Amino acid sequence: MKYELVAGFETHVELATNTKIFCSCTTQFGGEPNTHCCPICIGLPGTLPKLNKRVVEYAIRAGLATHCQIAEIAKMDRKNYCYPDLPKAYQISQYDKPLCEHGYIELSNGRRIRILRIHIEEDAGKLVHSRGSTMVDYNRGGVPLIEIVSEPDIRSPEEAREYVEKLQLIMRYIGVSDCRMQEGSMRCDVNISVRPMGSETLGTRTEIKNMNSITFITKAMEYEYNRQIDLIESGEKVVQETLRYDDVTNTTSGMRGKEDANDYRYFRDPDLVTISVPRSKVAEIADTLPELPAEKLERYVDELGLPEKDAQLLVKYRKVAEYFEKAIEGTKTPKTAANFIIGQIFRTVENEAEKEEFAIKVTAEHLNELIKLIDSGKIRMNIAKTTLDKMLETGQAPSELLSESDMAGLSPEALKELCQQAIDANAKAVADYRSGKEKALKALVGFVMKNSRGQADAAAAESVIKSLL
Amino acid sequence: MSESMIYRFHRMLTEKQISCQELTQAYIEAAQRDNAALNAYVTLTPETALAGAAAVDKKIAAGEDIGLLEGIPMTLKDNISTENIRTTCCSKILEDYVPIYDATVWKILKAQNAVLLGKTNMDEFAMGSSCETSYFGGAKNPHNIGHVAGGSSGGVASAVGGHIAVYGLGSDTGGSIRQPAAFCGIVGLKPTYGAVSRYGLIAYASSFDQIGPITANVEDTAIVYDAIAEYDAMDSTSQGRKGAPVCDTLKKDIKGMKIGIADEYLDGVREDVRAAVEKAADVYRSLGAEIVRFKLPALQYALPVYYILACAEASSNLGRYDGIRYGYKADNYTDVNDMIKKTRSNGFGDEVKKRILLGTYVLSSGYYDAYYKKAQNLRGTIVKAFRNAFESCDVILAPTVPMTAFENGRATSDPIETYLTDICTVPVNICGLPAVSVPCGFGKDGLPIGMQLIGNSFDEATILNAAWQYENAAADSYRPADFGVKL
Repeated sequence: MKYELVAGFETHVELATNTKIFCSCTTQFGGEPNTHCCPICIGLPGTLPKLNKRVVEYAIRAGLATHCQIAEIAKMDRKNYCYPDLPKAYQISQYDKPLCEHGYIELSNGRRIRILRIHIEEDAGKLVHSRGSTMVDYNRGGVPLIEIVSEPDIRSPEEAREYVEKLQLIMRYIGVSDCRMQEGSMRCDVNISVRPMGSETLGTRTEIKNMNSITFITKAMEYEYNRQIDLIESGEKVVQETLRYDDVTNTTSGMRGKEDANDYRYFRDPDLVTISVPRSKVAEIADTLPELPAEKLERYVDELGLPEKDAQLLVKYRKVAEYFEKAIEGTKTPKTAANFIIGQIFRTVENEAEKEEFAIKVTAEHLNELIKLIDSGKIRMNIAKTTLDKMLETGQAPSELLSESDMAGLSPEALKELCQQAIDANAKAVADYRSGKEKALKALVGFVMKNSRGQADAAAAESVIKSLL
Repeated sequence: MSESMIYRFHRMLTEKQISCQELTQAYIEAAQRDNAALNAYVTLTPETALAGAAAVDKKIAAGEDIGLLEGIPMTLKDNISTENIRTTCCSKILEDYVPIYDATVWKILKAQNAVLLGKTNMDEFAMGSSCETSYFGGAKNPHNIGHVAGGSSGGVASAVGGHIAVYGLGSDTGGSIRQPAAFCGIVGLKPTYGAVSRYGLIAYASSFDQIGPITANVEDTAIVYDAIAEYDAMDSTSQGRKGAPVCDTLKKDIKGMKIGIADEYLDGVREDVRAAVEKAADVYRSLGAEIVRFKLPALQYALPVYYILACAEASSNLGRYDGIRYGYKADNYTDVNDMIKKTRSNGFGDEVKKRILLGTYVLSSGYYDAYYKKAQNLRGTIVKAFRNAFESCDVILAPTVPMTAFENGRATSDPIETYLTDICTVPVNICGLPAVSVPCGFGKDGLPIGMQLIGNSFDEATILNAAWQYENAAADSYRPADFGVKL
């Protein structure tokens, strides 16, 4: 029998606000243990939370960017559980009145992954195990999070990958999070079940907790999919449980401890007042949303005429897209800029993280200048390419690197002279060409190009050589 | 006693009849002496008090003006956080806990050079009506030390009633300011929820807790209330005082004021207490007020609503005491869960454990709807009933407690009966309303009786005005206890 995979995601995204959700401590990642803390975020007796308005705004941005409805009235609730990394023994979260509901993310295959809700909450601290003892670092405690809960609409590990990547990209575009999975600023819990192909009812699900790599997510899903099918095929039942994924053995195993059979005893946090979100505020936030990745992609293909593959590469990184748009301002050929970025410039950026940062020596203004020189015919493409290489090395402007002669190009007399030299110096190639080998011409053109230091135009050189022969 | 002690000492200080150090020294000595009988203080801070007093004397010597509360010796209930001074909630679990920050109310008073004599006794985590659930033993009634001072702010009431502090701040979750004030024959105000910042008050039940003054007379209560009722950005539920300072209208005429009496408040009240309240109504009539009788049937829900909701919140608020970051930590544990279990088992007293269990139960899945949710709905019903009541009267007059102070040991031996004595005080906490308890005579047992004046939201001015007029008219309602400073 064929089985269908059914998965839903609960994605925690750390918000990039400067301060924590209920106090004015910094949210910076790292730092000496317990130095980004105050009486409020370590929950000293008598302290009270004060909601950071920015957190609400960021969550609304996230909601709007994923087509959610934004609540007019929301509230904060306490989720009670006892664990050393949770200093108040409750997490302030949202239970039955989340800020955002009923949105979606559209995948490239046209399917929409519905978003059930997005709510705000505080992060917990971190247990640090060292030399046989366990310590707690509360620096992360109180860092604002949004939890994005999807409906069980994902049908394959590939869809899961795209969903997570799209979420990541959107959050980065709207500036609410850097979504660095390896630093934990984005973490996923995957709910997964299987059912016979064509069935409408949901199977018993398991939940794989705290996934912090897209590759592991897809691997864990594949493993879990097969494990559940094996159970069903052998007449056993899938047990609803919380699982941990082991990336060394590529297996999942049951988790015991804080997540098991918890009754969180949710109730409204009496220390915080109702959050009201006037529609005017939502409209104001909507006005400040940038062009989203999907819209950008469409525009690059339809309006700028870029091949979809190239457009995707540019849109994939917010800073790259911004750079590209600056570089093509007032130029005639967006394709040229795209090629420069995807080709020469990307070669100098090592990995994903660097592409994300995109801190390269060539400013967008300098690249813009270079492209305008090409557009106006002042320099030839091959000169432009070598100039860009120099720019990438030195960070200098094209005007500082290009000489008068570079910009002047090659005179017809000089070209003719060079072509004659080529014919004189390559008797064999000339003979080959004359005996009908068209290809032999290439060697002659190559000679011209080399000796003109790239200033010659290859097509022009070819026609001059032909006429001379 | 209608003469303000704060005014009197202020005058003595500014007229240089006494130095602030002398005044403070007199209180320190009396406190050290009488605390043996009253057990009002759990921590005395004579050095800080005298250092503060010296600073005030310097100002006076330099001819500078001083504020009304400047240099006046006072105390704080031991659930109000004080930087560098241990704040125990009278629990073993916080026995050695020293806060690293000041509660907002203390910040305000400290800035006015208040002289802190020490921290006072209370029921453990403010859970109790006799002060006897305190880890340090209960505070005693200055009118008869065979009886309790009341609770939970028993220590403040005992200290102020026993004249070993001029005034104090307590907290009131279900009557914890008013009941001990009534038992000790003094004045206690539970302000409107949100009038005084809760920042730094160690929480019992967050949607009920409110800090307020306990003083020897109404005017002192008004002075202290005006000083502490400030908006505080650190407390999201804070709003501060609304309208003019209550001292401005304290002594105005109350002719035509409508004073309501709800029959339900007098049901089951001990006869001498009932008579004292009826007599107070007569005093009001003689002052030109109009007495309006009405029914408030929603009161029957007040006790269960209070105990369900307050315990629910407490079960969450007290979860943080796990021995990991501060406070008591058990020895000899096998792992972290065992450590937390043993810490709580040894660190919390029985009453606290009982309320945590009760609160956990009513929030548990399967019981939430039957208890917590139902109680929340009924809370709304009670709020509406009071709102309606205030359409036909300006203040509501009621007994503070259906009886006088319990004998030592009785409250803890019969907890259900003790819970029932909260019937008159809990409704205002449910509704967030202000209420002041004022002495209104003495019972057959010779112990003080208190009555309370309940006001509409943020209408402290009216209840304090009515309280002052009564106090001024009924001189026999108050008698000083035979303890403490006699100046």
